[in-house]
Amino acid sequence: MIQLSSIEKVYRTDSIETLALTGVNLDVARGEFLSVMGPSGSGKSTLLNIIGLLDSPTSGNIVLAGEKVASYHDRKLAHIRNQKIGFVFQSYHLVNDLSVVDNVEIPLIYRSMSGKERRQRALAALEKVGLSARTKHFPSQLSGGQRQRVAIARAIVGEPEIILADEPTGNLDSVMGQEILAILKSLVKDMGTTIVMVTHDEPIALETDRIVRLFDGSQVN
Amino acid sequence: MFKNYLKIALKVLRRHKLFTFISLFGISFTLLVLIVVTSFIEHTLGPVTPETRLDRTLSVTMGRLKTEKGGTWNGPIFSPWFFQTYVKSMQTPQIISMSSFHHPTVVYKNKKKHDVDVKYVDSEFWQILNFNFLEGGPFDSRQVEDVAPVVIINESTRDKYFAGSSAVDSTLKLYGQDYRVIGVVENVSLLRIMPYSDVWLPMTHTKLDLHKPTLVGGIPGWYAMLLAADKTDLPKIRREFDQQMKQIEFPEGRFTEIHISAATYAEALTRNVLQSDESSVTPLLSFAIILMTLFLLLPTVNLVNINVSRIMERSSEIGVRKAFGASSWTLVGQFVIENVFITLIGGLISIVLAVVILRLINDSGMIAHLHLVLNFRVFWVSMVIALFFGLLSGVYPAYKMSRMHPVTALRGGQS
Repeated sequence: MIQLSSIEKVYRTDSIETLALTGVNLDVARGEFLSVMGPSGSGKSTLLNIIGLLDSPTSGNIVLAGEKVASYHDRKLAHIRNQKIGFVFQSYHLVNDLSVVDNVEIPLIYRSMSGKERRQRALAALEKVGLSARTKHFPSQLSGGQRQRVAIARAIVGEPEIILADEPTGNLDSVMGQEILAILKSLVKDMGTTIVMVTHDEPIALETDRIVRLFDGSQVN
Repeated sequence: MFKNYLKIALKVLRRHKLFTFISLFGISFTLLVLIVVTSFIEHTLGPVTPETRLDRTLSVTMGRLKTEKGGTWNGPIFSPWFFQTYVKSMQTPQIISMSSFHHPTVVYKNKKKHDVDVKYVDSEFWQILNFNFLEGGPFDSRQVEDVAPVVIINESTRDKYFAGSSAVDSTLKLYGQDYRVIGVVENVSLLRIMPYSDVWLPMTHTKLDLHKPTLVGGIPGWYAMLLAADKTDLPKIRREFDQQMKQIEFPEGRFTEIHISAATYAEALTRNVLQSDESSVTPLLSFAIILMTLFLLLPTVNLVNINVSRIMERSSEIGVRKAFGASSWTLVGQFVIENVFITLIGGLISIVLAVVILRLINDSGMIAHLHLVLNFRVFWVSMVIALFFGLLSGVYPAYKMSRMHPVTALRGGQS
């Protein structure tokens, strides 16, 4: 599902060159739940951004669901993100001005779909994460765990093949963290979704299919 | 998608009350001024009753006479004799009228003094101008020739002098003489200088000698209106007028040159403003357009600044939208729609304010019989201009926002 070969990412400023990733090769199979671990600054988030087409590598190739994306322009990349990828962020990144259900609808806005269908799918996604009773609430009225569940509903509403989660349990207590992990695992099991999750939490990572470790931008296993 | 954008726009407006106030104030105030100014222009220059035939009417008002010593006389200085001899004798216009400008006098009723403006006119005056008669009708050429003691008054004078009841066949005392009222017309604004007055008398009642061969007339000055059968005849009329001016003999001997032309009302007004007797409307129009553009640029720059300054605040939303499939251009569309939305709200506020302000100006009595109206043509033109600038002020910040790298945006704008 995801193939990365010889990925290198260098950040350049006027005076400094920082190597964020180097020689990263990674194959993630369809329906695999992969954890990426490593200390802060090891390049985990950069890797996730590159897989998610939010950032481009300085060199190397990426194949996502059979598509070589290296030469794609903004519009085409946006289309692939919309159709194939769902994101879950550590700090949720919900739009505070929109209700829960409107937040969940965001990925569907960029698809040709009627408002009615959009609403039905958003409500179904919220049901999957157990938030049917909170659809009209606003993010500020929810707990951290509930917000993350909204973010997961937003990530799965478009039924993407890949979900990229950047420390989804990082801001939650262990009970909430386990709840979120259970939801993610059920997505893999029930829908065959491929998940790449960045985490600092070893016990959480151990519950996934595989762990990839990064140190100073390189794979160490 | 559209509904979602509007929801966000409304939320943003509600969340940032100061920003909303500044933006809406800028937009609605600008539109308000535009509407009021265009309403004034329309009221002054547009084809409104009784000047409904402006498109085929030329006027002769301002001019310049040069003396043999090099001096210049200018303004509405020409005499009734000049108009009768050189203008009324023209062949190409369908109807030619000459009349005096208005001048103030007083009438008394029950020992109470009323100020009124009086104008001396010929019978053709009533044929060129399309007055709305509330009672009676105009005087004819025979009554003018016979110096008949008849008068036409406006509604306001009827209200003052006859307490609003029917005035036809009643008597109005002016300059110590009794005049029989034969018609009452709707009030005409002071801004419509050609038809304006409170009281219209046959021109033969003037104390001036209408036949005295002199180029310069007395105060308050005289003017002519030339009605063409068709507006395509206007160039022909202008040419004939210019030809007539070449025939002029200078009876006083002290004048050597005359500069005067037949002009449209807008041209005449421009010449009056610019104190020039040959200028076209273009300079004044260009000046007005430049001024209006500059005026519209103020809220535009203001909006651009405000929009740019809130980029950082909405960067997380931009990042999320990008991550979930919005292309840069889709985001440009979203922010432009938001800007158009706020401009439309500003437009609606400006209509309400304009109705109130126009009413206040009309009722203030600053200008006699002023009747400014909210013309929807004026409103739509203003709205289109405001929308154009709304788009302009939205596109640059939206473009800047949309180019933000998604990772940077998700970090809250910090790269």
